[in-house]
Amino acid sequence: MLLLLTLLPFAAAAVVAPLWSRAHRFAAGISVLVPLGTAVALLSLAPAVWRGEPLLEPHAWAPSVGVSLSFHLDGLSLLFSLLISGIGALVLLYSQGYLHGSPNLGRFCATLLFFMGSMLGVVLANNLVALFVFWELTSFSSYLLIGFESSRLKARNAALQALLVTGIGGLALLAGAVLLALAAGSYEITEVLAAGGLRQHALYLPILLLILGAAFTKSAQFPFHFWLPSAMEAPAPVSAYLHSATMVKAGVYLLARLNPALGGGAEWPLLLGLFGGATMLIGVVVAFFKNDLKQILAYSTIGVLGTLVLMIGVGTPDAFKAMAAYLLAHALYKGSLFLMSGAVDHETGTRDIGELSGLRRAMPLTAAVALIAAVSMAGLPPTLGFIGKELLYESANHAPAYAWLVTAALAVNGAILFAVAAMAGYKPFAGPLRSPKPPHEAPWTLWTAPGVAAVLGLVLGLAPRAAESAIRSAASAVAGAPVSVELSLFHGFNLPLLLTAAGVIVGGLLYIYRSRIAGLAPRSAPVTAGGVYDRLLAALVGFAALQTRWLQSGYLRAYLKIIILTAVLLGGYALLTRNAAAAALSVSDARFHELIVGGLILAGTIATVRARSRMISVAAVGAVGVGVSLIFVLFGAPDLAMTQLTIEALTVVLLVFVFHHLPDFSLKSRRPVRVLDVALCATAGVFMGALVLAAGAERPWPSISSYFTDNSRDLAGGRNVVNVILTDFRGLDTFGEITVLAIAGIGVYALLRLNMDEIRRREGARTAPSEAAIPAATTAPDRETP
Amino acid sequence: MTLVLALTIGLLYGAAMYMIIRRSIVKLVFGLVLLSHAANLLIFTVGGLTRDHPPLAPEQAALPHPPAVADPLPQALILTAIVISFGVLAFVLALVRRTVASAGTDDLDDLRTTEQ
Repeated sequence: MLLLLTLLPFAAAAVVAPLWSRAHRFAAGISVLVPLGTAVALLSLAPAVWRGEPLLEPHAWAPSVGVSLSFHLDGLSLLFSLLISGIGALVLLYSQGYLHGSPNLGRFCATLLFFMGSMLGVVLANNLVALFVFWELTSFSSYLLIGFESSRLKARNAALQALLVTGIGGLALLAGAVLLALAAGSYEITEVLAAGGLRQHALYLPILLLILGAAFTKSAQFPFHFWLPSAMEAPAPVSAYLHSATMVKAGVYLLARLNPALGGGAEWPLLLGLFGGATMLIGVVVAFFKNDLKQILAYSTIGVLGTLVLMIGVGTPDAFKAMAAYLLAHALYKGSLFLMSGAVDHETGTRDIGELSGLRRAMPLTAAVALIAAVSMAGLPPTLGFIGKELLYESANHAPAYAWLVTAALAVNGAILFAVAAMAGYKPFAGPLRSPKPPHEAPWTLWTAPGVAAVLGLVLGLAPRAAESAIRSAASAVAGAPVSVELSLFHGFNLPLLLTAAGVIVGGLLYIYRSRIAGLAPRSAPVTAGGVYDRLLAALVGFAALQTRWLQSGYLRAYLKIIILTAVLLGGYALLTRNAAAAALSVSDARFHELIVGGLILAGTIATVRARSRMISVAAVGAVGVGVSLIFVLFGAPDLAMTQLTIEALTVVLLVFVFHHLPDFSLKSRRPVRVLDVALCATAGVFMGALVLAAGAERPWPSISSYFTDNSRDLAGGRNVVNVILTDFRGLDTFGEITVLAIAGIGVYALLRLNMDEIRRREGARTAPSEAAIPAATTAPDRETP
Repeated sequence: MTLVLALTIGLLYGAAMYMIIRRSIVKLVFGLVLLSHAANLLIFTVGGLTRDHPPLAPEQAALPHPPAVADPLPQALILTAIVISFGVLAFVLALVRRTVASAGTDDLDDLRTTEQ
C-alpha cells in the first residue's frame, strides 16, 4: 500500500507528460486527482495510526547489504505525507490556471508529480539508504523546477545554486547514514531508533555533524539559507509547494525523525538552538526589509524553519507539540500566501509591495484569501497560526535551559512576523487602488487552491480538536514516547497571551513606521552568505582552469613527464617505505663474458642517445638489440634470442629504409630543458633499476610455471615448453597477437600507399633537402635553431 | 648478475624516456625501440635468471621445475612482446614518414593542428 502510494506519482509523471499534447484535459485530471487520491488514501489509513498502530511495510531491495525498500507510516510521517499530498493537489490545481496555455505545462505537472513521489518517499521510507535516494530525488526535481524557465540565466543559476548546496548536504546525509547504520547495527530507521546508547557511541559526534549538515542545507538554516531566496526564480506554485510547504521541511523532518536516537545530550540542543535561533531572527528581520512579495515570504519561511529547528532543540514534549502544530499552520498559510502572490503577479505584473495597493477592489476573493492567511501568519485568533504560536511561547517559557532567552527570541520574532504578515497579506490590498496594469479578479483555479488552504487554517483554529490526533501522534513520534495534546483557542490570561498582545502592538508600530525604519538599514551587508558562495564557486572554477592549464598543456612530452614523475614519486615512496631486502648487491656472481655483454648494451644505449647522426644511432640501437639477444642466449632462452636477432635485423633495415626520407637529427630544446630532462630520466632509470632488485627479492605468490613444465610434453605433445605455451596453452593470445600484426600491416600499407601521389608532388616541389627541414609554421615557445 | 642487469635496465629506461620526451619525432622512434628492450629485459630478469638450461623437455625423463630450468612463462610473454613491438615500430615508422611528408616538419611542437 505505502509502496504503491509512493510509486503512483512517479507513474503518473511518466504518463502525464507524453499524454499532454494529445489529451490535455485527461492529463490535467490525472495530475490533480493523483495527489488528491493519495491524500484520501492516507486519510483512510490515519485512524489506525492515530490510535497508535503504525504501519510497517518491508520490501526487499538489496538484502545482502541491509538495504530494503521498507516504508513506515507513523504520526510524524502521516502529518508530513498528508501535507505533501494535500498541498500537492492544491498546487497542481492552481498550476492549471497559473500556466494556462503554456506549452510546457505538461512537463511542469509531470515534474511536480515526480517531486511529490520523491518527497513522499523521504517521509515514508524506513530505510536510511532509501531515505537518501528519495532525498536526492527531491534535490534533483527541485533543480528542474527552479530552473523551469530555462531560457533565463538567473533561473538557471538559482537552480544550480540550490542543487549544489542541497547536493553537498545530500552527500553529508549519505555519510551520516552509513555511520549511523554502523553505530546502530541496522539501516532500518525503526531499529536505529530502538538501538539506544547512540549518544555514548564513539561515532556520535561525526554522525551528529553530518546529519545536521544535511538537515541545515535542505532546510535553509543559516549560513546555508541563501539558496532559498534565490530559488524564488521558480514559478509561484513551485515556491509554494517545494520552498515553503514541503521540501524545505525535509531537513526539519530528518531532525524530528532521528530525535529519539540522536537528541538530548549537550551538543544537540546547543547546535539546534544556536542555528535555529539565529536562522529565525535573521530570516524574519531580512524579510521585514524586503519589498518583493516573494522575497518577503521566502525570508519569513527561513525564519519559520529556524523556529521549527529551535523547537526540536528545546526538546521537551511541549516543544514537539508546538513544532508539529506550527508546522501544520505554516504549511497552510504560507502555501496559500505564495499562491496568492503568484495570482497578484499574474494580474498586476509586479510583486513589489511599494507599487501595489487597494487590490481588494479589483480582486476581492484573492484579497479575502490573503487576509485569512495573513491573520494566521501574524498569529492572531481564531486561526491555527495563533494556536501554534501560543504553544511556542508556552514551551519556550518552560524550556529546560535558557528559557528566558528562547522566550525573548520568540517574542521578538513574533512581533516582527506580525509586521511582515501585514506587509504580505494586507498592504497590497488596502488603501486606494494602485497597480502597474489594471487588475482583474484571478480565474477560479488561482483563488480556490490558496483559499482551501487558508480556510483550512481558519477552520482548524476554530475547531482545534480536529487536528489534535494528528499533532499528538506526530509529537509522540518525535519524542519517542506518548505525548498528550489538548488544543484550544483560549488558554486563559497567561504569559503567551501577554506576549501575543505585546507582539501585536510592537509589530503594528513596526508596520506603520516601516518606511522610516527601512531607511536606517544599510544598503547592503558587507559579507553575505550568497557572496561567499559566489566566491567559493569562482575559486573552484579558477582552480579547475589552473590545473587544467597546468596538466593539459597539449604537449605530448609534458604529459609523458607528468606520468614519469608521478610513477617515480609514488613507486619510489612505496619502495623506500617497504624496506625491500635488496637482492645480492654484488657483481661477483657475474662471469666475465656476461659483463662484456652488459657493457655492450650500456655502450650501445649511450651511443644511441649521444649520436649526432641518425645512422650512428641506427647502428648503436642495433648493437643494443644484439646485446639483449646474447643475454637471452646466456640465460636459457634460445627461442627469444633467435626471434630477437631476426627482428633486430628487420628493424635496422626498416629504420635505414625510412630514415632515408626523414630529416637528420637536430637539437631543438634549449640547454636548461635538456639538463632537467636528463635529471628526470636519470631518476626514473635509478627507480627502475631499484625496482628490478626489489622485485627479484620478493615472491609473494607461488609461480604457475611448474604447470607448464610438467604438462607440456604429455598434454600438448611438445618438448619446447615456450613454443607449447604460445601455440597451445595460450594459443588464443597468440591469435590476438597475429591480429595485431595484421592490423599494423594494413595500417602501414594504408599510410604508405594512400594519397602518396600528392606527397610525391609536394616533395618534388622542394628544391633542396635543407628546405624540407624548415617547417611551415614555427610557433613553439622554446624553439632554437640548431 | 642481477645487479649488472639492473644497472643495464635502469640505463635503458632512462635513455628511452629521455629520447621519448625530445621534440624531434625521429628521436621518439629510437626511444620506443630502447623502451621495448628495457621492458623485455625487465620481465626476463624479474622472472629469475637460470644459466644454460632452456625449458626443453627430454624424451623420457620429466622436466625439473624452475629455477632448475629457465622459467618458460616470462619467455613466452617476451616472445609475444618482441613481435608486437616490431609491429608497432613498423606502424610508427610509417606514421612518422607520412607525418613528416605531409606536415613538412619533424618537430612535435609544430604538429598542433589537423589542418595541413
